[in-house]
Formats: sequence, structure tokens, C-alpha cells
Amino acid sequence: MILSFLRGHTFSHGVRVAHHKEQTASRPIRRLPFPERLILPLDPHIGKPAVPLVRRGQEVVRGEPIARADGWMSLPIHAPATGRVVALEPMPTPRGPRRPAIVLEVDPADTQEMGWGEPRDPLAMDRETLIAAIQESGLAGLGGAAFPTHVKLSVPPEQRVDTLLINGCECEPYLTCDHRIMLEQTDDLVTGIRIAMRATGVQEAVIGVENNKPDAVAAIRAGLREEDPIRVVVVESKYPQGAEKMLIKAALGREVPPGGIPAQVGVVVNNVGTMAALGHLLPRGEGLVERVITVAGPAVRRPGNYRVALGTPIEFILRHCGFEGKMGEFILGGPMMGSAVSAVETPITKGTSGVLMLHEREIEAESRPAEHCIRCGRCVEACPMHLNPCELGWLARKREYDTMAERFHLMDCFECGCCSFVCPASIPLVQYFRIAKSILREQAA
Amino acid sequence: MSGTRIELRTAPHAHAPVDVPLIMRHVIYALLPIVAWSVWLFGLGTLLLILTVTATALATERLLGGEGGERSIRDGSAVITGLLLALTLPPAFPLWMGVVAAVAAIGLGKMLFGGLGMNPLNPALVGRAFVQAAFPASITTWIPPLGAERFTSVAPSTLAPPFLRPEGLAEWIADQRVDAFTGATPLGLFKFDGVITPLRDLLAGTTAGSAGETPALLIVACGLYLAFRRFLDWRIPLAVMAGVVLAAGPLHLLDAERFPDPWFMLLSGGLMLGAWFMATDMVGSPVTPWGVLIYGLLIGLLTVVIRLFGGLSEGVMYAILLANAATPLIERLTQPRVFGAARRKE
Repeated sequence: MILSFLRGHTFSHGVRVAHHKEQTASRPIRRLPFPERLILPLDPHIGKPAVPLVRRGQEVVRGEPIARADGWMSLPIHAPATGRVVALEPMPTPRGPRRPAIVLEVDPADTQEMGWGEPRDPLAMDRETLIAAIQESGLAGLGGAAFPTHVKLSVPPEQRVDTLLINGCECEPYLTCDHRIMLEQTDDLVTGIRIAMRATGVQEAVIGVENNKPDAVAAIRAGLREEDPIRVVVVESKYPQGAEKMLIKAALGREVPPGGIPAQVGVVVNNVGTMAALGHLLPRGEGLVERVITVAGPAVRRPGNYRVALGTPIEFILRHCGFEGKMGEFILGGPMMGSAVSAVETPITKGTSGVLMLHEREIEAESRPAEHCIRCGRCVEACPMHLNPCELGWLARKREYDTMAERFHLMDCFECGCCSFVCPASIPLVQYFRIAKSILREQAA
Repeated sequence: MSGTRIELRTAPHAHAPVDVPLIMRHVIYALLPIVAWSVWLFGLGTLLLILTVTATALATERLLGGEGGERSIRDGSAVITGLLLALTLPPAFPLWMGVVAAVAAIGLGKMLFGGLGMNPLNPALVGRAFVQAAFPASITTWIPPLGAERFTSVAPSTLAPPFLRPEGLAEWIADQRVDAFTGATPLGLFKFDGVITPLRDLLAGTTAGSAGETPALLIVACGLYLAFRRFLDWRIPLAVMAGVVLAAGPLHLLDAERFPDPWFMLLSGGLMLGAWFMATDMVGSPVTPWGVLIYGLLIGLLTVVIRLFGGLSEGVMYAILLANAATPLIERLTQPRVFGAARRKE
């Protein structure tokens, strides 16, 4: 208790990881050119896939909607570049090797100015119109989960949400895109927060930033007006500080009950990148066509933060930023929770916060064979959900999935990977739990 | 780009720089000063005993390990078991009995259950319990520390041939020119003669006792090194010591004649070695926060009960083995409170 007070706001357990942020943290956001082809999966968000509005061969303008939302839990897709639709077929995407997608050939002669959008004042809209406008913008959580933002922001009145919590932790190693956004797009961020507060009707907004980004804290504080009911809370740099439940605990001292959602403790959480995009898109009436990603890792020649068109294949980024080596592992997101891609054609989507490139040396170092559990208990001390990964690991090997869920709270695991990270026997604990959870979900379905 | 091989693994793609061999290596480092002090106190025979027991432990692990034997040798856990076992044996313990103890420790205590990570009980203590039952006389035969001839001669019992009664130990001890050696440990002296050994001797380890259990200060220092490097759970030795104080303190206040003060209980016998290096064996101790506390307190309490009310003068070994056996039950009762769950469970 006293220690956490001295160190700043935080949660208990979790792990210290090497940040590796110095590689890109001081590099301003630059725009990457357009690739020849963009691959736009119809399900870059959580929920129902979008319904295409275009045919093969059709010409589209940058910013034009090319797929519409299929109901409430869905989002439209906008053309990230002026060009021609060349295919509507299954392509490799971050969610799987063959998912329905629109393939766009970029017009090399075009200036790529935004050809769509109608400026308006979001703060003058009523809540219903505002929520509809947010859905039309195609915005999903840019922190990684890609949950439709309009759904998150439409809080049923009976849930009595009082606080909008903005996640500026960026606790994953290597990633610095949120850091750069807080520094460079402070105005968009503050505008976005005001819009989100209007949409949710909350009285107060809190921005949680890890204490390894003092410049971001200063920039945001400087960008706030006296009368804004928005404050910055500096939280400890610790993984997984940016996990929703951990941040709520650290910044507000509230604990989301097991299996519950933040709204149950009166909170709605959004990522800083999402808020900055909201503040940029809504006043212009534009759709989400690009995002900022961090390209980093030991194997990349020109690391940095880049604004890229959605649908840009990883291959193009590798070529542009320079990949060194014969064997590589390309991770979408950070090293703790990001997933490696199986094909270099895989595109950047709304939820991709970075591309991490590792080569032979790191792959070698990480390919240790799993040994016997020596019951050291490091995983128990690391688990931010206070589960018992040691016991869960034994049960997983015995395939006692029901016991794992019923007696050891398997379903509360959010797969942060702390247990695998600390395990001295290199047991892939979190992978066991992912498999166990998906088997249980299949059985339930 | 086309020539690049793609690697596919699951998250996390980073790992803490601590693995099992590293942990084991540091435990071995922490034991070496105790080994050195033990050889300084008791001489050549003890060095031979430590080497024999450790070599036998390694050989047994290799032999019974089968396919994985080589890998299990490399993790270093067999060396730890060997060293710890040797440190709990009397300094002039016959070498052939040491071999029996080591085979029992690794064979019965560890490999029988499936090797590293599977053993419910501390293997070194299983080995010691085995020879305690098999050779009750030799396991309670002590030699004085700092004997004059300790580096030039070996106690006759050390080299005793198997299954024959060791002879001539009394004469050898007389040759060591040590004042007033009674042939009993501080705990034995207290239990059977009511004599309290001076604190200074207990701290430095210049008393009769098992090879590596006597220097209390050095053991604590070595244990603290491991605790600071986070290679042992500091809560366990703390809880063990708290358990001893909580049990011995009130008794001492009740009747200071019959029951010694907690200081004596903490520093005598194998308590420090047990608390810092045996009770903390990761495999046999609980992983849950409250479990660790209960486990440690239980060891402290049982030790005091066995020492003061049992037939034996020392109780650390059985206390730890009993607590090891209770670990699954303790863990079951002390599952951590899941984040966000109500404070009061079910």
C-alpha cells in the first residue's frame, strides 16, 4: 500500500519488461507512401463484417464508403486511397489466412486528397445523431481490440457511467505510436475526449499515462483548458498497466468484478489513439482511412512511427522500412500480446498498433524448449488477475478444462502473457490457456 | 523479400532472463560458502563426505534419468540435493552410508515420482530420513569442530567399511585436543543435560552438529543473497522463524527452566539451514501467498513441538517433510482471491 503510494498509481502483480521504446519514441510521425494494392478485410473490427457497396472494376475516391455497416454491432469501411476495386475475394488478414476482403488498386497518378466528408460541429449534435455519426466514421478501438467505438460510447442510462477513462499507458514494449500521438495530436485528442464525453454524458474524463512518458503528460496538461473536466493521472510503468481492468484499478481505484465490464463500475475506457482519431474525423465528417503504427524491432533498418493507409500489406512496410535478415518473425502489435503473421501480404487493419520485426538472433533466444514446472510460483506472483497459472498449467496438461474454468477462474484470464514471460521453465502457459478457453467456448456453442 | 523465411510463434515474444539452470546455479553459489565453512570446521573427512554424497546424487540422477538424464544433470538440481543432503549429515558420517543416503534421496525422493518438479517431498530430507531410520547410531555420532588433526587425519568412522561397526572414534576425538567435548549437539545438551550453548558459538557454528547446519549467521547471509536475487521466497524462512518464536516464546515465558528462549531455538540445530534452504525448495512448498505463510508457520511450530515434547532432540527434518506433505492441502485452501472478486469468498 505504502509502496504503491510512493511509486504512483498502479495495480498489484504484473511484470517489469524492458521497454525498448528509445528506438522510436523520439521519431515524429511520418507518412508512408501508398502501396500498389490495398487489402481491406470486411471484418477489421469486432462484430459483424461490413457489406460491400462496390463491384469489381469500380473506381473509388479516397474517403468514399465502400462497405456499409451490417447492423448495430458493425462498422462501414472507407476507401483509404483513390483507385479501382480489383477483387472481392478471401485474402490473408490478421484474423486468419483467408477472410473476405476488398482489394483496391491505388491510382498512382492521383494526388490522394481526401475526396469525401462534410464538416460539422459534433458538440452541437444531440447524443443520438452523434453516436450515429461516430458509427458512420467507421471508428474502432485503435489500441488493438478494434471494438466499435460507437457501441462503447453508447452507455445505457441504467449503468450510471460517471467517468471516461482514456488509456495512454502503452505498456507494450517497443510501441510508441500512442506516445507520439499524445505529443503531436494533443488538440485532436482533447477534442476527441470532449466529443466522447458528450456522447456518453459523463461528467469527468481521466487520462492515464505511464510515468515513462513525462513529455506526453506535460503536452496534454498544456493542451487542456481550465474549465475542461479532464485530468491526467500518472500511473506506474509496468506491464500490463494498459489492460482495461488494471488501468481502472490504477487510475480510479475501482475493481471490475470477474467476468464483468468496466461500465459496471461506472467507467468507459478508450485508447488515446482512438480519441485523437475521433477528434480528427468527426468535425471533418470523414471516415477512418489511415492510422499511426510503430515499426520497430532489432531487425528493422529505418524504425519509426508511420501514418499508413489501412490495408497496406506488411510486405510493403518491410520493403519501405528495411528488413535485415533471412529469417524473420513479423508481429502485429507488441511483443507481449501481438500475433505473428503467417503471410507477408497480411494488411494493417484498424486494430494494428505496430509491426515488430525480429530476426534469427531473437528467434533463437526465444526458442527454448519447455521444461518441467518447478513450482517456483513466479507466475502466481505475476498474474494481474490473481489467478493461479501454476495450477492451471497442470490442469491444462491433464485436459481438465472444466475444472480450470469452474474452480480456477480460467475465463478471467485476458491472455496478457505475464505467466509465460516469467516462467523459468519456458512453459507456454498463456498458450495453454488460449487453447483451453477456445475449446470451452466451442463446447458451449 | 521472397527469400525470407517466416517464423510463427505465439505471444509473448519476449521472456524474462531467468531460467531453471540459472536459479539452480545461484542456489549452488549460495551453498558454497557454507560448504567451505563446514570443511574449515570439521576437516578432511567432511570434504570427502560432501564430495561423495554429491557425486552419488549426480550418478543416481544420470542412471535413473534414462533418456532425459543428461538434461536433468545440466539443470543442477541434483548437485543441490547432494550438497544439502551432505550438509545435514554428521561430519564424520561413514562414506558408504552417505552413498546410501544419496541414492535414497535421488531415487526414492525424486526419480520415483518423475524427476525434477514432481517430487512432493524435499529429496535431500527423504535421503536423510532414510539413513536416520537405517543407521540410528551413526546419524547421531558427532565430532568436535576445529579439531587439531582435522586436516591431517580422517575420523575412523568416515572410512568404515560397509556393514561393520566403526571403531576407534573415541581415541581419534581424544587426539583432536578439544576441551570438554561431550559428543552432543547444543540441542542434545539442552534436552538431556539442560545445558544452554553460548550464543556466540551458535552464531559462528563452532558447536557439534551436522556438517553444514551449525553456522547460523553464515546461513542467513547466504539465504539473504538468494532472497535479494529473488531466487528464494523470503516469506518462507520468515514464516518459519515466526512460527518458532510464536511457539517457543510463550512456553519460555511460562517456564523458563523447562523451555529455552526463542533465540536458542532459532539458532540451534538445523533450523536456519532448514528454513532458508530446505523449506524454500520450490517444488514442495505452496505457490499461493497465504499458503506460503501457513506452510512456514507450520514448520516452525512442528519443529518446536518435536524438539520440546518429542523423543528426538531435533525436529526440523520431520517438520519440513510433514509440511511438504501438507502442501497440496494448504494450496487447496488458500487459492488467491481473483481480481475484482468480493473480499469474502463464496
